[in-house]
Amino acid sequence: MKEFKYTEKKDTRSGFGAGLLELGRTNENVVALCADLTGSLKMDAFEKEFPERFFQVGIAEANMMGLAAGMTIGGKIPFTGTFANFSTGRVYDQIRQSIAYSGKNVKICASHAGLTLGEDGATHQILEDVGMMKMLPHMTVINPCDFNQTKAATIAIAEHEGPVYLRFGRPAVPNFTPADQKFEIGKAVMLNEGTDVTILATGHLVWKAIEAGHKLAEKGINAEVINIHTIKPLDDEAILKSAGKTKCVVTAEEHQLNGGLGDAVAQLLGRNLPTPLEMVAVNDSFGESGTPDQLMEKYGLSTENIVAAAERVIRRK
Amino acid sequence: MNPHNKSIDELKEIAAQVRRDIVRMVHAVNSGHPGGSLGCTDYFVSLYFRLMNYKAQPFDMNGEGEDLFFLSNGHISPVWYSVLARAGFFEVSELATFRKINSRLQGHPATEEGLPGIRVASGSLGQGLSVAVGAAQTKKLNKDSNLVYVLMGDGELGEGQVWEAAMYAAHNKVDNLIATVDRNYQQIDGGTEEVLSLGDLRAKFEAFGWHVLEADGNNFELLLPALEDAKKATGNGKPVMVLMNTEMGFGVDFMMGSHKWHGVAPNDEQLEIALQQLAVREASDY
Repeated sequence: MKEFKYTEKKDTRSGFGAGLLELGRTNENVVALCADLTGSLKMDAFEKEFPERFFQVGIAEANMMGLAAGMTIGGKIPFTGTFANFSTGRVYDQIRQSIAYSGKNVKICASHAGLTLGEDGATHQILEDVGMMKMLPHMTVINPCDFNQTKAATIAIAEHEGPVYLRFGRPAVPNFTPADQKFEIGKAVMLNEGTDVTILATGHLVWKAIEAGHKLAEKGINAEVINIHTIKPLDDEAILKSAGKTKCVVTAEEHQLNGGLGDAVAQLLGRNLPTPLEMVAVNDSFGESGTPDQLMEKYGLSTENIVAAAERVIRRK
Repeated sequence: MNPHNKSIDELKEIAAQVRRDIVRMVHAVNSGHPGGSLGCTDYFVSLYFRLMNYKAQPFDMNGEGEDLFFLSNGHISPVWYSVLARAGFFEVSELATFRKINSRLQGHPATEEGLPGIRVASGSLGQGLSVAVGAAQTKKLNKDSNLVYVLMGDGELGEGQVWEAAMYAAHNKVDNLIATVDRNYQQIDGGTEEVLSLGDLRAKFEAFGWHVLEADGNNFELLLPALEDAKKATGNGKPVMVLMNTEMGFGVDFMMGSHKWHGVAPNDEQLEIALQQLAVREASDY
């Protein structure tokens, strides 16, 4: 198993903030909207440097989505910022009609996704957002794994014509991907080539998948670890190629089992290459208050859960 | 500059033809919304044949250098489709495809099939004002001095998003926007004041920081000056609201004064009666 080194832990939301600031400097059409969470979304640097292109919307997310759709008419590229819960469930119909069905070039940027939001509890810990967004025709869904990748993804989606859901989070996590990476939407990133089991992970679970790969290596299991930062469109070719080689697959994500990455991979494999599959995800449950680490353990999203899932799926070959 | 710039007499003739289109379109598929369409016909004809600065061909989604129009209460699509066709956005014959399979004229307006003149989908209510405000802010960023128009239904004001957008537009001095409420006092389940009373809309929008005007929406002699006044009121730091009194079903006597023709099509006999009432000097039915 390859070694991945990191010098510091950083939050992915700060990667978004850094990417947005860079976009402000390089693309005059980029505008940003925020629903009273500028500090939490790390949009303050953009606001300070480009006040005329920053729109404080207040606690009115439905209006924010409509405004963003309208701002595209005339060539602006709006980036909306609020928590993942208020970026999706609260405004599903606005996104569906005014953005997705209308084919508007809006970038819905969602922080504090999943259990790692922590102590605020289940009202804010959305675990259904990827499912809702990937069901919408025309929508691209991206869940990068660390600061550098979130920054690169933020910059990349400005060049992509069409609506995008970009999901990231609150806690500091190992920042291990290259600072100068080129982010390719829909292109899986091979982290470690292996032969015994394929581990497909997204978002915060990517680092845990790497850790799981090391633990499996200690047990003599050679895991292939792939970062699926784009859940829609899924990199069918990379996944089928890997599954064809290892003959068993584990998915890992900070999301409900229903509607998430595992769901998408199950569809792909079921239709093209039936392969034993185990899913590390939240199983039809809401979260609760606690520290991120406690919650990830309690709800079955730990490194050990990935190791156990890999061992289970290997036995099913 | 309006590409047609018609006289009042000509506007009346166009409005009668548009009303003929509306009843024929909904009759042909036995579905659609004739009541609000007929009530708002004079407003649409005023915008597209007299007031708005736009280019029908080739249609430009970005609309830079043009006035923009958004329809929030998308169910009155028949009147918009007829006016767009008659104003030159697409062939009048295409009105025959309304609500049929493989048509660009969807039940509610959409961009998915690429119908010229439509810039955002609408139908799920309460969203159009937000979109219009966003488009108006982009015009300001682009230093484009043209205006943005949006029409909403009165029943639609039950949606909270409308008031979010109303608060935002005033706070941000979006004064290149003319919103209009079709005040026909009707919604599907009955009168607006019975279903969920709207009360004093002038006072409500004024309290939200808007410049409010009232207009008679079914009389060109009164409607045109009111809409000209609305244009003059732009650029003064406040969004402009026109509370436009209309009669649902206007022009067809048995459809007037009731919510019952909100979403019901006329049968063959009713269509004939309606067309007799909507006489034009020279009908050019599609």
